[in-house]
Amino acid sequence: MNAIELNDVAIRYMVGDFKEIGMKEYVVRRLKRDYHVKEFWAVDGVTFSLEKGSMLGIIGSNGAGKSTLLKVITGIMEPTRGKVKVNGTIAALLELASGFDGDLTVRENTYLRGAMLGYTRAYMNEMYGSIIEFAELEEFQDRPFKQLSSGMKSRLAFSIASLVKPEILILDEVLSVGDGAFRKKSEEKMREIIGGGATTILVSHSTSQIREMCDKVLWLDRGKQIAFGDTPEILDRYEEFLAKKAKKK
Amino acid sequence: MTLIASTWYKLKKHRFLFEELVKRDFQKKYKRTILGMLWSLLSPLFMLTVMALVFTQFFGRSTPHYIVYMFAGNLVYSYFKDATSGGMGSLMANAGIFTKVNVPKYLFLLSRNVSALINFALTLVIFFLFVAIDGIAFSWRFFLLLYPIVCLVVFNIGVGLILSAMFVVFRDIQYLYDIFTLALMYFSAIFYTIDSYAQNFQILFYLNPVFVYITYFRRIVIEGTIPGVYIHGLCALYALVALLIGGFIYRKYNYRFLYYV
Repeated sequence: MNAIELNDVAIRYMVGDFKEIGMKEYVVRRLKRDYHVKEFWAVDGVTFSLEKGSMLGIIGSNGAGKSTLLKVITGIMEPTRGKVKVNGTIAALLELASGFDGDLTVRENTYLRGAMLGYTRAYMNEMYGSIIEFAELEEFQDRPFKQLSSGMKSRLAFSIASLVKPEILILDEVLSVGDGAFRKKSEEKMREIIGGGATTILVSHSTSQIREMCDKVLWLDRGKQIAFGDTPEILDRYEEFLAKKAKKK
Repeated sequence: MTLIASTWYKLKKHRFLFEELVKRDFQKKYKRTILGMLWSLLSPLFMLTVMALVFTQFFGRSTPHYIVYMFAGNLVYSYFKDATSGGMGSLMANAGIFTKVNVPKYLFLLSRNVSALINFALTLVIFFLFVAIDGIAFSWRFFLLLYPIVCLVVFNIGVGLILSAMFVVFRDIQYLYDIFTLALMYFSAIFYTIDSYAQNFQILFYLNPVFVYITYFRRIVIEGTIPGVYIHGLCALYALVALLIGGFIYRKYNYRFLYYV
């Protein structure tokens, strides 16, 4: 059974002067005809299906539309065109340290994040101890979150999302955080989750990491789908492409 | 009907998140101090004292139970202002959450409204204390106050939805809203009576929803009468219109909010 199915998905994105302007500024710009809104396709025509239990790596340079695509899969955004079908509960970690509240304690943030990811209070009560233990934050439980280092923050974020066994796990640049020891630990954890049958999507700039962990790869460039398929084949092409690009410069 | 059912289902599904959000808003608002909570209770009382000192000379003689009269006005108005001004920033403040996690966006507004409602409930208790001290006998009619309270809660949620959506688009709305609420306070007949206006001019006051809710309170508590059908209708009408407009905006802009934050 397919866990995720995307059929010709396209997302139109808006950028321009409407952001953070006041009413006066808006009226003045409108009158001066200096009000610009640009629309562009952040993702254009992506089609793939992912079997249950497999792990997909998404690659592409900055602005390729990776994060936007993840937002559509998680339901934060709606595709302008095409269809997204998702079977199963999703735990998504888009941009790790965001969404936490600096004034709340580590414990409160853990519960809040757990709630955001759709878990129940009973489940969080049960898992809380092991989450903190995995993140190695036992001594910081009642400290305000803003006192943590950025490494600690991402460790906590990863622990919450990974320890609670989602059916689909989405990780955006997650594994590149923490020190070497924690990275190793988190990669092991990932394998355990995949072994347990979870479908995973990983966005990473590290091709070696994707080669090691993913069985499928989706390559995006400026919103367009360049390729989708088995890891070794696509990654070879991608690395060749990167090398060429580097040479041109 | 299906819309209500699906909203209810979503609320149930996100109950844990809702509780955590309420807890967070509470903790942030009062900064974990007992005094913080006490302060938000004291500020309407303080306002009331000032108004009593200033206005009793002018209106106090002709208006029976003048302190209770003013308190009723202040009570309703403060709750309205507290809930809507606080709710205005709720969507924007949680942009970090709803751009990363798929959650219903109105949860943020609802959780802010909960702390305003608790504040209102506490002030209401003090209000009844004043009522008792002023020698007004309690009657079964007081239970009817639940009706305008429920309408007011819905009205505040509706206005909060509209404002929080507008705030995402135009940040300067908060300054305009401050001026608006100040004007609204003077039009809500909090410390004066509208009796001195001509009959056909008095009707205009009923265009102000806050005045309608205040009037309901005063009729029940001070006059000891049950308001007529029109007042009941207006209470519900204002609440439903605000909620419908707010709900419509949230539905329509649900995904578009992301572009603005």
